[in-house]
Amino acid sequence: MKPMSAKQILMGINGDEAVAYAAKHALVDVCAAYPITPQTIIVEKFAEFVANGEVETEFVRVESEHSALSACLGASAAGARTFTASAANGIELMHEVIFLTSSIRQPVVMAVADRSPSGPINIHGDQTVSLAQRDTGWIMMYCENSQEAYDSTLQAFRIGEHPDVQLPVMTMLDGFVLTHTLENVYLLKEADAHKFVGRRQPMMITIDGKQVPLKLDPKTPITIGPLQLFDYYMESKLQHSEAMEKARPVVTQINNEWAQLTGRKYGDGYLQPFKVTDADAVILTTGSSAGTARFVARQLRAQGKKVGLLKLRTFRPFPDKKIAKLLADVPVVGIFERTHTTGSLGGPIFNEVRSALYDLDTRPTILGYYGGLGGRDVTPDHFRTIYKELLKIKDTGKSPRNPIKYITVRK
Amino acid sequence: MTKKLPGFKDIPPAGVTWKSATEYKTGDWRSKRPVRDEEKCTRCLICWIFCPDAAISWDGKDIHFDMNYCKGCGICAEECPVNCIKMEDE
Amino acid sequence: MTQESPQWRPKLKDIADQEELFTSGQRLCAGCPAGSMARMAMHALPRPKNTIVSQATGCLEVASTIYPYTAWRVPWMHSLFENAPANASGIEAAYKARKRQGLEDDIPDLLVFSGDGSGFDIGVQAASGAIERRHNFLYIIYDNQAYQNTGIQRSGATPKYAWTTTSEVGKVVPGKPTWKKPIALVYAAHDPEYCATASVYHWRDFMMKVRKGMEKQGPAVIVVLAPCHRNWRYPEELGMKMAKLAVETCFNPLWEYDGETRTYTMSTSSMQYVKDPSKKKPIEEWLEPQGRFRHLFRPTRRDDLIQDFQNLVDEDWEFIKRLTEM
Repeated sequence: MKPMSAKQILMGINGDEAVAYAAKHALVDVCAAYPITPQTIIVEKFAEFVANGEVETEFVRVESEHSALSACLGASAAGARTFTASAANGIELMHEVIFLTSSIRQPVVMAVADRSPSGPINIHGDQTVSLAQRDTGWIMMYCENSQEAYDSTLQAFRIGEHPDVQLPVMTMLDGFVLTHTLENVYLLKEADAHKFVGRRQPMMITIDGKQVPLKLDPKTPITIGPLQLFDYYMESKLQHSEAMEKARPVVTQINNEWAQLTGRKYGDGYLQPFKVTDADAVILTTGSSAGTARFVARQLRAQGKKVGLLKLRTFRPFPDKKIAKLLADVPVVGIFERTHTTGSLGGPIFNEVRSALYDLDTRPTILGYYGGLGGRDVTPDHFRTIYKELLKIKDTGKSPRNPIKYITVRK
Repeated sequence: MTKKLPGFKDIPPAGVTWKSATEYKTGDWRSKRPVRDEEKCTRCLICWIFCPDAAISWDGKDIHFDMNYCKGCGICAEECPVNCIKMEDE
Repeated sequence: MTQESPQWRPKLKDIADQEELFTSGQRLCAGCPAGSMARMAMHALPRPKNTIVSQATGCLEVASTIYPYTAWRVPWMHSLFENAPANASGIEAAYKARKRQGLEDDIPDLLVFSGDGSGFDIGVQAASGAIERRHNFLYIIYDNQAYQNTGIQRSGATPKYAWTTTSEVGKVVPGKPTWKKPIALVYAAHDPEYCATASVYHWRDFMMKVRKGMEKQGPAVIVVLAPCHRNWRYPEELGMKMAKLAVETCFNPLWEYDGETRTYTMSTSSMQYVKDPSKKKPIEEWLEPQGRFRHLFRPTRRDDLIQDFQNLVDEDWEFIKRLTEM
C-alpha cells in the first residue's frame, strides 16, 4: 500500500487502536461507551487521548451499552458528532436503541468488534451478532484488516452524515483476529483527516414552510420521537428506506475520494473482486477471512487453478445488482460465513446473495460454508479444501443435495 | 369519509411532529362544562394552575375559560376556594 | 442549612401570563393531574427559553405527542422507555463539547420527565448512572403508582393491597402483596445535589422545588405524586384532593435532601403533622374514596389489612421524621 496525495504516518497498532485513532481523527464531539471484550482497547485508547487533552471529545463513561447508544443518540440529536463501540452482548443489549437511532436519522458511528453471542459465553470472533442487526436500518461495513478498520471508520462519518443520507453506520472488525492483532497501519496526519471529515451539519427539515435543523436547540424547538400511529408509521419507514437507497452512490463516492487522498481503494466501496471474471470457482466472504481466502486464491492461481475471491465489504446497502453482475458467469460459488443460524437454509449472506442471483437466466451453483464460530481458527487449509470442493463440482457437474456445509468443527 | 393524508415524500423526515396540539380541540370530549360566578370569583387563579389542559387563562384583568379545550374534568370547580364554579351538563 | 440566595416564591398573578410551554390539545384523560404537573413544572423553569426536555415513554409522553401533533413548545425528545436520563447525559455532553469548541454559545438547562414506570423500575439504571456521573439535570418522576399507559399494570410504586391488572384482587390474594418502593430515598442516597418529594396539590411547594432543582448545578431528582383516576377509581374531579389527602395522612410525606449539607428537611406542608400529630388523618380517609382499595371495605371491612396499611404508613412516617431530625 503506497500513500498517494497525503503524507501518512506508519504505526504498528491493532485493529481496536486503529479504530480509536479514526475516532480521534474524526473530530468526534461525544463518545459514550461501555467496555466489553474485545472492544475494550478502543475505549481505553480513546480514554488516553481524552486524558492527554488530544481530543475535544466529551467522553461519557456510561453504565451499560443500552445507555451508551442512548447517550450517543441524545448527543447526536443535540447536534454532536458521536461515536461508540461495542460487541456481542453489548450490541444485543442496545438492540432497541439501534433500531431507534436510524429511525430518527442520527448519523452515529459505531465500531462493532465482532464477537459471538452468549451462550455459552465466548469472547472470540464471529459475525452472528452484527449480521443480526441487518434489519435495523444502519449502513454496515466489514473490515478485512486493521488498515481498513481505520479507513472505514473515518469514511463512516462522511457517509452517514452526507446530506442525502443521514443514517448511522456500523463498521465491523473480527474479534481478536483484527481487534487484538498488531499490524502496520497508515494513519493520516490529523490535519488531513480533519479536512476529510469536516464538521457535522445537522439535517435541515421543513416544518410549516420553515427550514429548521433536526437538532434539539432552544432557538428552534422541535419534538423528536412522538407516538406515530398506524396512519403515519409506514410512511416513516418508507422515508427511511429511501435514505438507505440514497446511500448507494455515496459509499462509492467516499471510497473514491479516499483513494485520491490515501492511495487505498476498496473496490467500488461494496465489493473487492480478485480474479473473479474468468474464475471457475469463487469464494465470497467478509472480514478477515477474505484476506486468508485471497492468499489461498493467489497461490492456486499460480498453480493454474482458475479460482477467484469476492470480498463483500458493504453489507448494507446490499449490492445485489453488482453481485449479480459479477457472479452471473461463475459456475460455482462458495459463500463462507462466520454466522450461526438454526432452522434456516443457510445464514444471512448466503440468502441475500442467492436472492440477488435468483433472477439471472443462468445461475451459479451456490454453497454455504459455516465455520469459525466462537473464534474457531479459519486457516488457509480450510479455504484450500473449499476451493477443491468447488472446483470438483465445476468439473463433475454434480452439486451436493445439501448446499450447507459446516467446516472447522469436530463432528 | 376519510381525509386524504400526506404521502411519505410530503412529511418531514425522522418522524418529527409538524403541528401544534392546539389544533386538536379536546373541547368536544366533555359532557359537563364549568360555569363561573364572576361576582363570587376572587381571581385567585387556583383554577388556572390546576387545570391540566391550560383551558383557563388570565389576561391581566380577568379569567377566561376556553371551551375549545376544556374536557369538563371538574377539578377547577372542586378546588375553587370560594366555590364559585359549578359543573353543568353540556 | 447554608444561607442561599432568596428562594423564588411563585405568585400566581405574576406567572399566569407566561406562555404555556405545555399547551392545550394534549390527549391525557380529562382531569389527569400529570397534565397539571407538567404545566406547573414548565411555569417554574428558570430559563424557559433555554431548556431542553428529555422524556421517557409513559402517559404524559404518549398523550402529548401523537403524531403529527405536539403539545410541547420547548425542544423535546423521547426515544425509549428506560433511557431518558441516558439521552439527557448525551444532550448535555453534546452542548458541553461543542461549547468548548466554540460551536455553541451556551449550555441549555436540562429537564427529564418520566412516570413511575421508568423512574421506579425500568429506568433506574440509567438514572442511577446519570446521577453518579454528576450530569446537570433535573429529573421529575410523576408517580401515578402503576404502569398506567399500558393499561394499569403494577409497578414498584404501587402501594400494598392496590388493585391493578397484574396485582388483581381475587379470592386468595387481595391486591399487590408488597409495599411501595421508596425510590426517592434511593435517589437521595446517591447524594445528588438535590432530591425531594412533592405533591401535585401542593403546587407552590412543587414549583419551588422544581426551580431549586433546575438551579442546582448537578443532578437533582423530584418524585411528585400525581393521582390517576382510571386506576385509583375516584371521580375525576378529585385528582387534587387525592394528592392532598396523601400528604394529610402522611402517606406521601414531603421532604427535601440537600446535597451540599447532606441533610434531609421536612417540607412545611408535612411539618404540621409533626408539630401536631392529632392533625394526621387516618389512612382510611385516603383509601376509602379509591375504588382500587374497595376490597378493603366491601363486602366486609378488612380491619386487618387496613391496619397493616396504616402500620406501614406510620413506620415510613417515623423513618422520615428521624431522617429529617424531627
